[in-house]
Amino acid sequence: MSAKPFLKIDHVDKIFPLGGGKEYVALRNVQLDIRENEIVSIIGHSGCGKSTILNLIAGLDTISNGTILLEDKHILAPGPERAVVFQNHSLLPWLSVYQNIEMAVRKVLGEDLSNSEIRDHVMKYIDMVNLGHAKDKYPGEISGGMKQRVGIARALSIEPKVLLMDEPFGALDSLTRANLQDHLMRIQMQTGNTVVIITHDVDEAVLLSDRVIMMTNGPEATIGEILEVNLPRPRNRLELQNNPEYLRCRSAIIEFLYSKFAKDDE
Amino acid sequence: MVSKYSNAVLLPLLLFGVVIAIWSAISAGIPGFPPPSEVWSELLIVLSDPFYNNGAGDQGIALQLGNSLARVFGGFALAIAVGVPVGLLIGMSKSAYTAFNPYIQILKPVSPLAWLPLALFVFKEVNTTAIFVIFVTSIWPIIINTALGVRSVSEDYLNVARVLQLSAFERVFQIILPVAVPFIFTGMRLSLGIAWLVIVAAEMLTGGVGIGFWIWDEYNNLNYSHIIIGIILIGIIGYILDAAMGLIADFFDYRKRGLK
Repeated sequence: MSAKPFLKIDHVDKIFPLGGGKEYVALRNVQLDIRENEIVSIIGHSGCGKSTILNLIAGLDTISNGTILLEDKHILAPGPERAVVFQNHSLLPWLSVYQNIEMAVRKVLGEDLSNSEIRDHVMKYIDMVNLGHAKDKYPGEISGGMKQRVGIARALSIEPKVLLMDEPFGALDSLTRANLQDHLMRIQMQTGNTVVIITHDVDEAVLLSDRVIMMTNGPEATIGEILEVNLPRPRNRLELQNNPEYLRCRSAIIEFLYSKFAKDDE
Repeated sequence: MVSKYSNAVLLPLLLFGVVIAIWSAISAGIPGFPPPSEVWSELLIVLSDPFYNNGAGDQGIALQLGNSLARVFGGFALAIAVGVPVGLLIGMSKSAYTAFNPYIQILKPVSPLAWLPLALFVFKEVNTTAIFVIFVTSIWPIIINTALGVRSVSEDYLNVARVLQLSAFERVFQIILPVAVPFIFTGMRLSLGIAWLVIVAAEMLTGGVGIGFWIWDEYNNLNYSHIIIGIILIGIIGYILDAAMGLIADFFDYRKRGLK
């Protein structure tokens, strides 16, 4: 891993104006360096501003104070080098699985590729999430888990530097979620993407991440603790059940969320 | 046992009998009111030579209806050409919405026929006047539904467009229009229905060739059975127009294509 930070979040505040001269300080002084090829998850109670951080990195929302740098370049607007997997998949329902990915590939990589190269490229990512059999189906015809796999394939197909995932498996049942977590870990080992995942699931955070960023509660939320997860990859959820490092990380997060920064209304 | 299918035939037939009975009673009570039998024999005569043309005042029923339809489609096409871009604009731009909205709200409730004398004064010609009246009739539902369609585009799709850095042009054609098109067709279907209502009244006022004036003319000729024939034919054509627009709208609606 390079010593120099790949993605640098530097003293970032996010303030939402509420009208009538009032304002809501969502994030205060967030400071985080993310390394290349790292999987980082950001965990916290709802309302802690974790999705706001993701939107700031994506450029979908504007920073109030501070800077975010990706490879020393300021982030001012959204761009395909920071692909987003949205919580509710956000597939375009009038396009098939193949067309959803093709549209992104044509827009982002299209100038350099011939038609047959585009087809091969799209199919590579469809196969990566094992959806070759469903490539001509429409989003309305496939399950929630399959839709989210298409969302991941679309995000990866434009070869982003950073993959941003906003509670990507939050809306899925636990068996489907486990399946997609395994998919994600396998794909990330192949592609070496840098991944930032927003989650509220303790096991998901430990299983997937190299580091877990724990957020304090809002308003004026900030990073409370950062936990290194020293587990070798590939990781197997069955073997981890009684692994001392896994259990240590798990209880550290639970301790943080339910003792130090407990939230009454959850 | 009566099946659903035979019910669909039997029940309207039953009601048809009731209607004929009431109609016969009315014609027996009002001297000169044509009974069903007379209207039926007149209908056969009218339909036997629908394309005859004895000059401006005396033409077959198909030519009368064709003239009315041509005016409706002319005004309707103009309304689409103007209404869809305006609807897209006010759907996408808050400022444009703020600028246009008061005028749309004030002009929308005005009967299109109120424009007719002004149009007649400006154009000095009945055909253009009728087309203009249909244009004014059709444009409001098209603008309003197009803008509604644009505003119903989910924030998530627009975020996808932002991440992919789609240009304004690509955003309109790849994200906004696919969502808005079913709404636009709903507006067009409403417009066409109202336009078909309005053309009859407009032609009664303007005169010339057309189904509206034909009905008015037959009133002046004391030929009441033709008025009833006109009503029936207007109804049938209105139904066909609406059904055809419905089929076209479904064809362009991704929700009815993708999900079988």
